[in-house]
Amino acid sequence: MTPLKIELKTSPHLKQAGSVEQIMRHVTYALLPICAFSVYHFGISALALIITTVVTCVLTEHLFAKLSGKRSSVSDFSAVITGLLLALTLPPSFPLWMAALSGFIGIALAKVMFGGMGYNLFNPALVGRAFAQAAFPVSVSTWTVPGHPDRFTEFLPSTLAMPFTTPAPVDAWTTATPLAQWKFEGVHVETWSLFTGMTPGSVGETSAILILLCGLYLIARGMMNWRIPAAVLGSAFVTASVFYWMDPTFYPTPWFVLLSGGLMLGAMFMASDMIASPITRSGIWIYGILIGFLAVIIRFFGGLPEGIMYAILLGNAMAPLIERITQPRPYGTRKRRDAA
Amino acid sequence: MGLLSFLTGLTFPRGVHPPGLKEDTRDKPIRRLPFAPRMVVPLQQHFGRPARPLVVKHQEVLRGQPIAEADGFESVPLHAPVTGVVEGIELMATSRGPKTESILIRTAPGDSQAIHWARPRDLERLNRPQLIQAIQEIGLVGQGGAAFPTHMKLSVPDGYDIDTLVVNGCECEPYLSADHRIMLEQTDAVIAGIRIAMKALGATRAVIGVEDDKPDAIAALQARLDKEGPIAVDKVRSKYPQGSEKMLIKALLKREVPSGHFPYHIGVVVNNVGTMAQLGTLLPRGEGLVERVVTVAGPGITRPGNYRVPIGTPLRYLLQHVGFTGNDASHIILGGPMMGNTVSSLDVPITKGVSGVVVLPDPEDEDIRIQPCIRCGRCVEACPVGLNPSDLGKLAAVRRYEVMEERYHLNDCFECGCCSYVCPSNIPLVQYFRIAKSLNRERLK
Repeated sequence: MTPLKIELKTSPHLKQAGSVEQIMRHVTYALLPICAFSVYHFGISALALIITTVVTCVLTEHLFAKLSGKRSSVSDFSAVITGLLLALTLPPSFPLWMAALSGFIGIALAKVMFGGMGYNLFNPALVGRAFAQAAFPVSVSTWTVPGHPDRFTEFLPSTLAMPFTTPAPVDAWTTATPLAQWKFEGVHVETWSLFTGMTPGSVGETSAILILLCGLYLIARGMMNWRIPAAVLGSAFVTASVFYWMDPTFYPTPWFVLLSGGLMLGAMFMASDMIASPITRSGIWIYGILIGFLAVIIRFFGGLPEGIMYAILLGNAMAPLIERITQPRPYGTRKRRDAA
Repeated sequence: MGLLSFLTGLTFPRGVHPPGLKEDTRDKPIRRLPFAPRMVVPLQQHFGRPARPLVVKHQEVLRGQPIAEADGFESVPLHAPVTGVVEGIELMATSRGPKTESILIRTAPGDSQAIHWARPRDLERLNRPQLIQAIQEIGLVGQGGAAFPTHMKLSVPDGYDIDTLVVNGCECEPYLSADHRIMLEQTDAVIAGIRIAMKALGATRAVIGVEDDKPDAIAALQARLDKEGPIAVDKVRSKYPQGSEKMLIKALLKREVPSGHFPYHIGVVVNNVGTMAQLGTLLPRGEGLVERVVTVAGPGITRPGNYRVPIGTPLRYLLQHVGFTGNDASHIILGGPMMGNTVSSLDVPITKGVSGVVVLPDPEDEDIRIQPCIRCGRCVEACPVGLNPSDLGKLAAVRRYEVMEERYHLNDCFECGCCSYVCPSNIPLVQYFRIAKSLNRERLK
């Protein structure tokens, strides 16, 4: 008998299919249709924006890995997702240099400084977005007319603004988002156009139906916890319904709340970020309900027309605490254990 | 819960669904494996103290004859698996790890290998202590894998009353189908064994839990049982680890064994169907345990199936007989692939607790780099005990083993491996927990 190679291994000897790379790759795939629609919707400026943030995020992660002498983690696709998500939350006319800086801040501040992949407390894309909101308040709230006839041949005037300059809005291209129209002008945009996405808004937030379908793809593949979007959207809907019931002339319909702005994108792809959300089942519900509620409250009472970004970041901040009080009850014990 | 269990079948919360992989073996009748030319019978193949040899070198032994006696109550005797000559008592490799003193027997060629030794007893006339003693004398240990002496399991400490005997016919490990075949082919023996065990325990009822992927076994058992009788068959959902004691109690009886306690604390004792079949067959005849049914399966085996294997058969002989194809399979597991152990040598013998031999292909080409935890929560959704393997894993990585035990219920982990099975980051969680537990034990010494 030929000598056998015998390997000593420990159980379990079977492994469920699926790896981190696979999950991240599928999230990337799920975002691509949304990116494609945004390019169709807003033209080459949106494309340039997406490329800029993805490249910046990947390069930032690679650079820091090299600086700290670690194996580059770029191949796990998580930086690509951060780049894509950041671009999708920015206005189409956002200057590229600002987008690049936001991407760098998102990865460097929210991810690398916390220890890299798996350790970030906050969603890096949203930290980048929050930076943009704070640093470039004008550019981040200048919205573009969708479906402009010249969108495939011309960049928006502000896209190619020189670094460290803030471009002035050009009236021919700019408009207000449905949310801003409601908040500042009391105008209600038809719900159907919000559903299909033929409205102004951030690059990737406009088409609720497309975001929903892409999210369902991930849920069907078992790569996203359906409870998070369900809790966020459900809680936003209920909260909005209460206000609508109190004063239907002032508050928008709950459907408008659900389909306008970044709520759908945030609920599906950002609140559901595994790393920054609680790990326990009841914790996930509390986290999602909290985010949906906060998003609507900020929209209705805050200074900004949109509240989902801060709602998710607050949810991220609460996640460790929520997780601590929602640990599962171990078999054969009476009470939930008091975790560290 | 009522509606839920109606929809999903009786089960415990969480758990995983590995593929069954039983197609190659479950439909084939149990076959007898020929007798190997030399048997290796370790003195310790059970939980407890090793047996004391009763034979000397060059002594002739008859198949079924006691060759070692129990060393006290926490031990079981051994019986000769073949008629032959004792070659000696030597330290030999076993699946348990360190070399163990073993009785080597050269099989007598051409012998009929009939059972030549028996001590039949009138079971009706035995009281409970006598029954327990009789069970110890046949050398029976749990056939599911833990090899806990059956007479110990059936003798409950004073002050505890057993109301229910739970019989484990789940066989939730992938590949394994020995219990399935036993329920089909030895139905009467299983039931006879259950009646004996109930008498030994003083239990008034028994529940056999069988996973719903074995409808023929459920039907076979039900056909032999009175509907209103004390023994019931309950279908449980096919899910891993349905066959673990505590999970099966939860699924069938909706009771939980308190943390750090045993099932008898809540009036339950769990036994495997294979153990019951051995008890029902051997005890009335008064014969010793000399063989068992072993599932041999996996991609490296050309003749997979269930084999009746003499205790002490070297693994090498078994593998040659079932057409082990050689070098491509370097991953040989005793037991099932979820909780079984790989062997260090092909010279280890099949012992009383080995329920299966599974040969898996070398997974070398797979990417098994360990990644950081991405907090996907799959382990939390999988852990049948309700622990937080993600947090435990992070604590293990920074060696905070005491915290794991004191605040994270580490000792409730029974190492089923669900967390490692689902982890997309390839973190060897259950291995971390084994190390943590053994270091904590060391610390206490």
